[in-house]
Amino acid sequence: MSAPAAPPAISSSAHAASGDGPWPHVLLAWPTVALTVLFLVPLGIIAALGFFRRIQAGFFEVAFVTDNYARALDAFHLERLAVSVVLALAATLVTLLLAVPFTYLLTRRPRARQVPYLVLVLASLSLSEVIVAFAWSLLLSRTSGISNLLVAVGLMDRAASWSPGLAAVLLAYVFIALPLAILSLYPTFSRLDQELPEAAGTMGATPLAGFVTVVLPLVRRAVAATGALVFIFVLGAYVIPQTLGRPAQWTMPVHITDQAIMKNHLPLAASLAIVLLVVSSLVAVAIVALGAGRWPRLALPGRAR
Amino acid sequence: MSRWLRRAMFALVVAYLLAPLVVVAGVSLNPRQVLFFPPEGFSLRWYGTAFTDAGWYRPALNSLLVATFAALIAVSIALPLSYVMWRYRVGYARVVMAMGLAPFALPPVITALGALALWIVLQSYGRPHTVVLSHGAFLTTLPLATLTVGLQNLNPQLVEAARTMGATGGTVFRTIVFPYVRPYLLAGFVFAFVLSLNEYIIAYMTVGFTFETLPVKIFASLRYGYSPVMAAISVLFFAVAVALFALVGRVGDLPRLLGADERA
Repeated sequence: MSAPAAPPAISSSAHAASGDGPWPHVLLAWPTVALTVLFLVPLGIIAALGFFRRIQAGFFEVAFVTDNYARALDAFHLERLAVSVVLALAATLVTLLLAVPFTYLLTRRPRARQVPYLVLVLASLSLSEVIVAFAWSLLLSRTSGISNLLVAVGLMDRAASWSPGLAAVLLAYVFIALPLAILSLYPTFSRLDQELPEAAGTMGATPLAGFVTVVLPLVRRAVAATGALVFIFVLGAYVIPQTLGRPAQWTMPVHITDQAIMKNHLPLAASLAIVLLVVSSLVAVAIVALGAGRWPRLALPGRAR
Repeated sequence: MSRWLRRAMFALVVAYLLAPLVVVAGVSLNPRQVLFFPPEGFSLRWYGTAFTDAGWYRPALNSLLVATFAALIAVSIALPLSYVMWRYRVGYARVVMAMGLAPFALPPVITALGALALWIVLQSYGRPHTVVLSHGAFLTTLPLATLTVGLQNLNPQLVEAARTMGATGGTVFRTIVFPYVRPYLLAGFVFAFVLSLNEYIIAYMTVGFTFETLPVKIFASLRYGYSPVMAAISVLFFAVAVALFALVGRVGDLPRLLGADERA
């Protein structure tokens, strides 16, 4: 069977919109209502909440004040924002450095050989951030961590505790981001023409040179999109910086959750969330633009038609 | 040379993904209430505790309940949406589609805060259905992605042939489309189910401790007292995820479900 034709060709082949009657609208009713109420409305509420006034007796009252944004943009929160973005960018970079070569090499394997790795990646992706934080806190602890292993082989004198701290946060960030990045890169990489790197090899390129000069330019958009996805995912993580980080690594999600739940200050939490949303979108767009512009333009070889 | 490069790369990634799990599994075997690795003995008592201590199995049951209904909701949104996108041209379907895919383009904490704000406004904060509905909408992205891939792979000529021979839209869906996308539907359901089972921040912000799910319980233990039971539970969770994904791999073609094209 040949691979898919473009969707518009399907629609135009047998079904004109005018003759469809009410069916598409009936089918769309539940998805439209559900996603509007459960996704769009909450975002609207957050946008409005940022201007409301907190009241002691309950949650908030409707008002139009700018104090929340003034606090969300004060020196303390701006510094937290900068720390959050830098940590997320660092984790994104490390994740891509691992995920790009791994996914490329994985997709060069026969399909049946890929399955166990895919199962491992899926299972790791689904692992609760809470369990990930727990696992890394053990792995980096003095009593049960890898430092014991390093002592046993003579690389260290005494077992040490590396959690909480910067290293723990970054390692766990990359751990949750890596499966997501691999799965996001997988479709593009597995559709790459197998023969391209081979052709490069025949023409005298080393495998590494072939990868950098032939493969990377073809997948740069997918890599950039994956980078943006991972960046947003890591930037929004709460449990990892909260449990594996010291206050110096407490990111925006920690402070947003703290305001929303512990301090019962929803308007401030909402304004912090909007600031985070704006910044995360800007950085994500910049990452995607970087992917679209850098290397010389080459068309992705089409899938077999 | 490139073969060694490949092996080193695979070993690195597999070790990275498995190392925390090895330590957790080791810790779960400690006979006493300590978190030593390597364990100072061998005992499965903490696995027993996970099933007999109401403090642990009740949150586990809550999580299973939430995940089942949340995954059903996710699929109930994703199936008609992806079908209309594939079959008809409806202007606003794209907008609905964008809403279905958008949750993964938002930092998770913002989705959670939105859910918290919504349920406070609707005055049902803390009730069990809130986490089910919010998880369902958040996780719609997953079945939406698998079903879109599945429908793209469905040969349109099959549908056209059926229609030429007089099949109505309903018959085409029942006899051709649905059987074809069933493995993609199952995969989407499993993804949503497993992710809901493991989701923390939305559950924390919608129901918190009033309808405690397992991740919320584990997080509380993480702050107020480690125990090897947490390790045992984590191992069980990972085992459930591996089993379900392996099942999906058995029923369907996992590389294709994840977006590789059809050539074998």
